[in-house]
Amino acid sequence: MSNLIVKLSEETVEVINADGICAFPNECCGFLYGTESASGERQITLAVPVTNSKEGDQRRRFEISPLDYLRAEQYALQNDTALLGVYHSHPNHPAIASEHDLAVAMPYFSYVIVSVMQGEIADHKSWRLQDEERVFVEEKVYIVSESSVLNPAS
Amino acid sequence: MAKIIIPTPLRKFTDNLSSFETTGTTVQEAIEQLTQTHTALERHLLDDSKNLRSFIKVYVGEDDINSLEKGATSVSPNTVISIVPAIAGGIN
Repeated sequence: MSNLIVKLSEETVEVINADGICAFPNECCGFLYGTESASGERQITLAVPVTNSKEGDQRRRFEISPLDYLRAEQYALQNDTALLGVYHSHPNHPAIASEHDLAVAMPYFSYVIVSVMQGEIADHKSWRLQDEERVFVEEKVYIVSESSVLNPAS
Repeated sequence: MAKIIIPTPLRKFTDNLSSFETTGTTVQEAIEQLTQTHTALERHLLDDSKNLRSFIKVYVGEDDINSLEKGATSVSPNTVISIVPAIAGGIN
């Protein structure tokens, strides 16, 4: 576990969880917006689901269309917020970043993964690419209400 | 001048600039100006043959340049070019 910190508001976790359950047994995906402090701590205040545009087996893969991505960047610029990452679900698998996740990962983004086991939310984890080594490190995830940290997600 | 929108994950290679103004008259010229100015960005956009990497797409307005004239797509002073990284993944 690294010292990187991602705080998810309870509202964003509700959106992510609902999307993961709704999409089950397929993978869901969406964008994460918020702010980053000078120390690098991230506060995610908005999660926006988008269509999983992957052609083929969506139980094992997700893909976000280029136009959805382009509009997500435009939204951030127009609303004075930051696009800090994406989330997706791992149906019936742990929230561990996979080799496939790593192969196409971009630097900087927080990749939040929600594990959905038999249609129930099991876990949340977040990963960030270490660009030079091309490996993921796990970020510490906290679920927060207002500005108070309530409990670390396990 | 035309403008290139830099995607958030790559802004650390452009001194955190979200856009770059270019005098290039084609998409290829515009991208070349961008990577010559911000050299650390090049390996994230281009392969060893100086072609766009497979997981990077370039849009002019809301059109993929692959559906236009690719790198030869013309650029006018009010053109907005967007660099779009592939966002994908999934379980093994």
